[in-house]
Amino acid sequence: MACGFRVFFPENHGAMLGATRRATDLIPAANAIGYSPEVCSYLTSDVGAFLKNETPMAKMPGYTFPKPDVLVYNTNQCRDVQEWMAFYQRRFGVPMLGVNTPSGLHEVTDVHVDAASRQIEAMVEPLAAITGRKLDYDRFKETVRLSRALSEKWKTVLETGAAVPTPINFFDSTIHMGPAVVLRGDTRAIEYYDLLLAELHDCIARGVGSVAEENTRLYWEGMPIWGKLREHSEFLAKQRTSVVASTYCNSWIFDAFDPEDPFRSMGRAYTEIFIARSEEWKQAYLERMIAEYKVDGILYHDAKTCPSNSNNRYGLPERLQEKTGIPYIVISGDLNDLRCYSEEQTKTNMEAFIEQLAES
Amino acid sequence: MTLYCGVDVGAAATKVVLIDAAGELRAHGVERTGPDTARVAAETRDAVLAASDLARHAIARTCATGFGRNEVAFAEVTRTEISCHSRGCLHHFPGPMTIVDIGGQDNKIIKLDERGKRVGFKLNRKCAAGTGAFLEEIAAILDVELGEMDRLAGEATDVVRLGSFCTVFAKTEILTNFRRGDRVADIVAGAFESVVRRIVEMDPLAGNVVLTGGVVGHNPYIVGIFERVLSRSVQVPPQPQFTGALGAALVARESA
Repeated sequence: MACGFRVFFPENHGAMLGATRRATDLIPAANAIGYSPEVCSYLTSDVGAFLKNETPMAKMPGYTFPKPDVLVYNTNQCRDVQEWMAFYQRRFGVPMLGVNTPSGLHEVTDVHVDAASRQIEAMVEPLAAITGRKLDYDRFKETVRLSRALSEKWKTVLETGAAVPTPINFFDSTIHMGPAVVLRGDTRAIEYYDLLLAELHDCIARGVGSVAEENTRLYWEGMPIWGKLREHSEFLAKQRTSVVASTYCNSWIFDAFDPEDPFRSMGRAYTEIFIARSEEWKQAYLERMIAEYKVDGILYHDAKTCPSNSNNRYGLPERLQEKTGIPYIVISGDLNDLRCYSEEQTKTNMEAFIEQLAES
Repeated sequence: MTLYCGVDVGAAATKVVLIDAAGELRAHGVERTGPDTARVAAETRDAVLAASDLARHAIARTCATGFGRNEVAFAEVTRTEISCHSRGCLHHFPGPMTIVDIGGQDNKIIKLDERGKRVGFKLNRKCAAGTGAFLEEIAAILDVELGEMDRLAGEATDVVRLGSFCTVFAKTEILTNFRRGDRVADIVAGAFESVVRRIVEMDPLAGNVVLTGGVVGHNPYIVGIFERVLSRSVQVPPQPQFTGALGAALVARESA
């Protein structure tokens, strides 16, 4: 934004394809040209949509495909984003720039922050060459300041989930997080959360919960199953169960943004995120969440095509239950590819878990 | 006499158990589930009543469990099969225990503490490995009746190891076994070994292990494999295929 670019995030298009349940029809087109069913289904959904020229965005007045001038990626979530941008690079023959951040970190040191922030800084010159304009440093600082303000606002929204009953649950938050994801640095996003916060505080004051007669509180660890948001929301509500917090929605909280040190603070913010941390750090983080949000149990989503966001694969649930006594379940599924999802098995898993918690 | 009815609508079979007010088993029966779960559940209950000369109006309450639990219109209460298998096992054995249920389409590992309270459970991944469906596939490629598998395994002189996670890959392994001249009985024994290996991979199976489900009920051979792999004896309730339905009947009685 500070460089004068209009920014499009294909991850959001991926989520949109999942939530509209189009993804499973589009993914095979990407599979057919060599993108495995085992790689990120955001990637394969989006590439499939491109190949088949289908998108829910077509309903937007005046929509045209946003042909890029440059492709920019950051591997702090996973390396698949690099391959994703590389697909479009080959298609459009435009430059691709990227930040390859360190991962698996227990402590984030200056060395790690240097590694990320210098790569971000190194993008300025080639980006300026593309726009033909130098970076407006004041606008850059202002963008980081607004991004920080937005992050703080989003954090405050999510923290209302600690109230009993919770006024906002995970399924609400996966929708409300939109502005925090795509409008960082834009004042309209801050205004959106001011409105939302007023409503949430009113709900807390009146004791109104997101789920009627809440009696069980869960934490959702991992990606949403985008095509099943409504089903899961309604199914759990029927069981009087709120999903009060999630790592996923917390991922758009960036405490490190500092307008006085924009490059370095961006480097830090994008390196210290949950997904880039060690198992020990993740466990300590989840322990804090359990206590803060008064959680009865943890639901881990093992997403077939998203190993980076599936935190059940190295024994963390077992260790965390051993330490805290908070039970867990793992549901198998995927963020977008519903071929990897069993409705019956998932609901039985959830229901049996809630029965177990009710017995305790 | 007041009766309590448990209906376990599993993916492969629908089981019905009737108990009396003292919790004693009065009658039971099983039918293939098929596509019309609601009808099969009602017919299985009626067949059990008719065979035991009991009247439908004697049933005070019914609890349904299993994947088709929500289709059983005559059930006043439903519980997941995880809860009902736990309850059924506790009827026979005291806690703590680790329950291994091997069903037609899935398997479960359920842990109960010394008070019988559930402390955790795991279901298999969305995969036929380690389930009755795997054995059905193997029986088909071997061209033997499912009901013959246990007897054949007992005649094995060697165990052919099937290494694949995948049921389809295991079937192609078997084609190789045929070419090599392996005996059908030895391949069947290998198929049972494969089921046990897939389950042992799910959990350490600590403490007192109780085996339930139709696969164990129809194939006692598998019990010996568990005991050999775990290096200790395991427990099997009477009529292990009906443990979930018994648990449901007990839930019906306790929630009345």
